[in-house]
Amino acid sequence: MRRRPGLIADYRSDTAIFRNNVQRFWLIVLIVAVVFLGLGATIPVVPGLVDFSLKGDLLLLAVTAMFASIGAIGLNVITGYAGQVSLGHAFFLGLGAFTAAVLGGEEVTRQVFDLNLGQQVEKTILVGYGLDMAIWLPVAGIVAAVAGLVVAPIAFRLRGLYLAFVTLGLVFVGEHIFKEAKSYTGGLGVGRPTAVPSLFGFRFDQPGGVFGVHLSRQQKLFFLGLILLVVMALIAKNLARSRIGRALAAVRDRDIAAELMGINLARYKMIAFGVSSFYAGIAGALLYSAIGRVEPGSFGLLLSIVYIAMILIGGAATIAGSIMGAVFIIFLPRIVKWMAGLWVFGFISESPTGGLVNLSQVEQLMFGGLIVGFLIFEPLGLYGIWIRIRNYWKAWPFSY
Amino acid sequence: MTQFLQALVEGLSLAAIYALIALGFVIIYKSTQVLNFAQPALLLLGAYWVVYFATVMRWPFWLAVVMAAGLAALTGIVVERLALRPMVGKPVFAVAIMTIGLNTVITVVALDLLGIDARPVGAPWGLDFVRLDLFGGSLIITHRQVAALITTVVLVAALLAFFKYSRFGLAMRAAAFDQEVAVTQGVSVVVVFAASWAIASVLAMIGGVFIGATPPGLDRSASIVALKALPVVVIGGLDSVAGALVGAVVVGMAEALTFTYQPTHAAFLGRNFAQVVPYLVMFLVLLVRPYGLLGTKEVERV
Repeated sequence: MRRRPGLIADYRSDTAIFRNNVQRFWLIVLIVAVVFLGLGATIPVVPGLVDFSLKGDLLLLAVTAMFASIGAIGLNVITGYAGQVSLGHAFFLGLGAFTAAVLGGEEVTRQVFDLNLGQQVEKTILVGYGLDMAIWLPVAGIVAAVAGLVVAPIAFRLRGLYLAFVTLGLVFVGEHIFKEAKSYTGGLGVGRPTAVPSLFGFRFDQPGGVFGVHLSRQQKLFFLGLILLVVMALIAKNLARSRIGRALAAVRDRDIAAELMGINLARYKMIAFGVSSFYAGIAGALLYSAIGRVEPGSFGLLLSIVYIAMILIGGAATIAGSIMGAVFIIFLPRIVKWMAGLWVFGFISESPTGGLVNLSQVEQLMFGGLIVGFLIFEPLGLYGIWIRIRNYWKAWPFSY
Repeated sequence: MTQFLQALVEGLSLAAIYALIALGFVIIYKSTQVLNFAQPALLLLGAYWVVYFATVMRWPFWLAVVMAAGLAALTGIVVERLALRPMVGKPVFAVAIMTIGLNTVITVVALDLLGIDARPVGAPWGLDFVRLDLFGGSLIITHRQVAALITTVVLVAALLAFFKYSRFGLAMRAAAFDQEVAVTQGVSVVVVFAASWAIASVLAMIGGVFIGATPPGLDRSASIVALKALPVVVIGGLDSVAGALVGAVVVGMAEALTFTYQPTHAAFLGRNFAQVVPYLVMFLVLLVRPYGLLGTKEVERV
């Protein structure tokens, strides 16, 4: 009995991360493929016809996608697993990014003429402590998590839709604070340089040799992203299948019933908010550290919607889905650009003014259209599509 | 004193605009249980038609508004039929996110039509104003503010009368109260859904006209103004028409008073602080009354 594949006889095997060795095998293949892609190898998708490699800006895009995946996993903890709609993810991402920038960034000073003293004085225009990544990365997460815990009590009083409004307000208030705290954030439209990704003296933002292999700046960030993503995804996956994860699912499915079963709503909503904002803080810190500059205007409602789209398109309440969604959304501009090159989509113009529609408009249209489309046709997202394809081939050529 | 009165006038005219948008929001929520985040986009698109008919086609302003109202109603009905109908019965949260997606799509279309620059709506009252000399200062009331206030009062009165006295209004109230019972009594819930989207879309459009009539004109920032209708409905209570009106006055006044006094008395709060005041008021109200000022408290059955 125990050797029969696909047989699930106990709770342990039902919640196992890997159902069988086949899954383990393919995950290892996937990770090996990603590592090779990061090293600059070309992977033939269809041998001789289509091959795929991460070259030039694609590699940086992949780095962004991995960091964004961490943020998407965070949003999935609160919205997917715990069922609390949060439109405030942008605020927590921003909080992480600016905390990291202040702790890990360099101080910027400028000579100013002081009218009282009548001489030039050194004035700090951007606060920065230049600390190590081992400090700014966890602290960015913790600061965001603390902010999440502060919001959580309001969230505990409210349910569903009203919560969406509170988090919406949070984004606007947060954006205002980011814009006004100029000595920390650089101010609207100006921004500031971000934290230097340097771990115990090892610089991720400069090319150099690691274990005898020469890696470019993007490649170093790529492997940093890969390791962190695997670790964070594992933690989230384990959280989801633990006691906490089951409690969150109960709160999502029917909070009153959950409360009657002895689940402390306040406690678990706090946990969900804390974990979610911790992930967001880490993701925000890493994302902008990889880009090198952070600007307060980028943490508006749109960013929150982008993350909502990631988990919706990827699949709510799945870790693999969060990653798929984040990768898809981050690569969407490139997909649109590639589409514009095909003759079928000749009406898409590459210049911002000409043609029927331009690239950024198509991007926005696809973005909104995909949210609408996935909600109507495939609420489980890309993950659901993947499951359907898998199940189809499992039984092929029989329909059952 | 004059400064205070001036702030009140500004607040009232803002409240009038918010009330229109918020009312549409509440009507949709009451009859279809959909939280419509697409209201800003409907506003932009509707107001664009006024811009188009009044300044490009050079039709008389009133004709332009009537035509635009027709198109806005049509947009509302089409959106409801294509995107919202398949979602009936799905979780409220999923539907709300769906309207966010719709908002993105419709905004792109509206902004593409509108162009980058702010455009005048071609309102007949232009920038005229009345100057009243009171308390040693002068109070400036623009015709636009008067028009916004009068339009809102007339529309709200008409809508309330419609809900209270007309047969279809009764049907809408019945559907809002209990959909299944309404269906068994012969109310076509489908038509009620379409009608509430049409009404909301037209209300948003009229709000958009007044936003567009404010200098510099109609541009993408109108959707930020429209978003402030969300705190308005939350403050009033999501399912209360009276609440939407109260919320509009509260938010309009709070915003105008902050706009007048904050730069001189509390400058440390930063520029444009008035823009976030509606959200702060919303936090405060929700902390005290989680269902808004006049919203019905949800009764949960296990």
